[in-house]
Amino acid sequence: MTLTTATARSGTRTGKQPDHGAWFLVLPALIPILVLSVGPLLYGIALAFTDSQSGRTQPTEWVGLLNFQDLLHDTLFWDSFRIGLLWAVGVTVPQFVLALGLALLLNQNLRFRWLARALAIIPWAMPEVVVGIMWRLVYNPDAGILNETIRNLGLGDGRDWLSGLSTALPAVILVGVWAGMPQTTVALLAGLQNTPDELHEAAAIDGAGAWRRFRTVTWPALKPIALSITALNFIWNFNSFALVYVLTNGGPGGRTRLPMLFAYEEAFRYGQFGYAAAMGCVMVAVISVILAVYLVGRLRGGEEK
Amino acid sequence: MRTSKPARAGQYVALLCYLIFIAFPFAWLISTAFKPPRELATLHPTWIPKDPTLQNFRDAFDQQPLLHAALNSLIAAVSAALIAVVIATPMAYVMARHRSKLSTAATGWVVVSQAFPFVLIIIPLFLILKNLYLINSLPGLIMVYVVWSLPFALWMLVGYVRAVPPELEEAAAVDGASKLRTLVSVTAPLLAPGLVATALFAFITAWNEFFFALVLLKTPEKQTLPVVLTHFLGAEGVADLGPLAAAAFLATIPSLVIFAIIQKRITGGMLAGAVKS
Repeated sequence: MTLTTATARSGTRTGKQPDHGAWFLVLPALIPILVLSVGPLLYGIALAFTDSQSGRTQPTEWVGLLNFQDLLHDTLFWDSFRIGLLWAVGVTVPQFVLALGLALLLNQNLRFRWLARALAIIPWAMPEVVVGIMWRLVYNPDAGILNETIRNLGLGDGRDWLSGLSTALPAVILVGVWAGMPQTTVALLAGLQNTPDELHEAAAIDGAGAWRRFRTVTWPALKPIALSITALNFIWNFNSFALVYVLTNGGPGGRTRLPMLFAYEEAFRYGQFGYAAAMGCVMVAVISVILAVYLVGRLRGGEEK
Repeated sequence: MRTSKPARAGQYVALLCYLIFIAFPFAWLISTAFKPPRELATLHPTWIPKDPTLQNFRDAFDQQPLLHAALNSLIAAVSAALIAVVIATPMAYVMARHRSKLSTAATGWVVVSQAFPFVLIIIPLFLILKNLYLINSLPGLIMVYVVWSLPFALWMLVGYVRAVPPELEEAAAVDGASKLRTLVSVTAPLLAPGLVATALFAFITAWNEFFFALVLLKTPEKQTLPVVLTHFLGAEGVADLGPLAAAAFLATIPSLVIFAIIQKRITGGMLAGAVKS
């Protein structure tokens, strides 16, 4: 979750420099990270500049920017990229709005609040594969509860939501919102409970209405958490795979083919390792730019107030 | 604070909508899991099975090697969780107690590693593990899971170490205890609940994981539960709904139970991290 911990400041309490013994404590974790995480990342970037393929008999060769040139003209990739952005925004924004509302609600002294928290565990802890399967049962055209409810309400016969060209993406987005909302809610709730009640009470005594109290007291305190959660949710959603793989496997006609699904097929169905690695690089680059713009913008906005 | 009656009523309506939204797909999964085939074939499905049966569970075990898959998942998740905690704890200790470039770099890495599209990692990992003959093997998958869970494990553990006051360790040192003695008899007991929570979280992460397992495990007898579950969907996406629901329901139980136990600690960890940012 919010990973901007204060480790940079960690030593301020004791101010000690690590002695040489500390290295022996660090190495057991550091070596696997370097070998199986940093290493593959650099290797992956390097692969993007090669013609690496699975089952290739000739040695792999450097091809420079060829993969990237091909990507530039690959309309299917840009389609998936556009779908990925639509999906990431489509999930992240409603997720945040709903979660914020809920966090504010659950911060009130309501009965059955405990039940909401208990239920929040379900989407959070479930394997994504099971979440996908579960919603396929809900969306099932004949035996699913969604169409049955629509029929019972007299709104028509319902439809095959996951196979419809226009309904598939909204249908998977709804599942994405469902799956990520509790986690966001709990994080925001944790942030809310960290704002001192006295501030609210003081503002209330001063005659501030609910909206003004939210804007002047709650939101400023919540903003750092909200910012990092939204940014992380956006990246996670853009990079997501399992949920949509199970729900539609990218169909119908590529309408829900997220970039990760596209790259996965390219790499492990068609064996185009170099090309898929180049896709990964483009994804990283675009995500970084979007996030940098967003973060700088939000931080500036925060300072001006 | 006082809230007007209509406002309060509105709040309860909103809460009810939320509860229904969260609970209904799960309730539907359970309902489907207990329905006999003919109830699943009718056009007007009901919430409560008219004729509940355990047949779907039996069929699920007959159709796919579920027990074997669960065993594979269990081995992978337990090993990954234990190894991750054992190697992360010393590093987390150093990160929490010493100011160094390493800690800063490690924290930066934790943040950055959250942003990878896994495809950029999985292709090289696939090639590396293939050269080591660790494709289609649990040890290969476990190695990947350990590294994959390290960032979050480190991040949780640093928080737990910092919650142990250094003054306690200093007092033990003044009393003449050796550094190792201090760690074993003062720090470790205070850290134990945090270690357990971190291990359980790493367990759930590995138990639920799908992408790496899909790519790295090729044959059904090696595959983990999430991968085997997708076999129920069939090649054309035409699924036998009852056994599918039954198997999916069973696969969720361990993570739900564990998560219910450690949920408060994870929230606490998130809060600690968020507040200091």
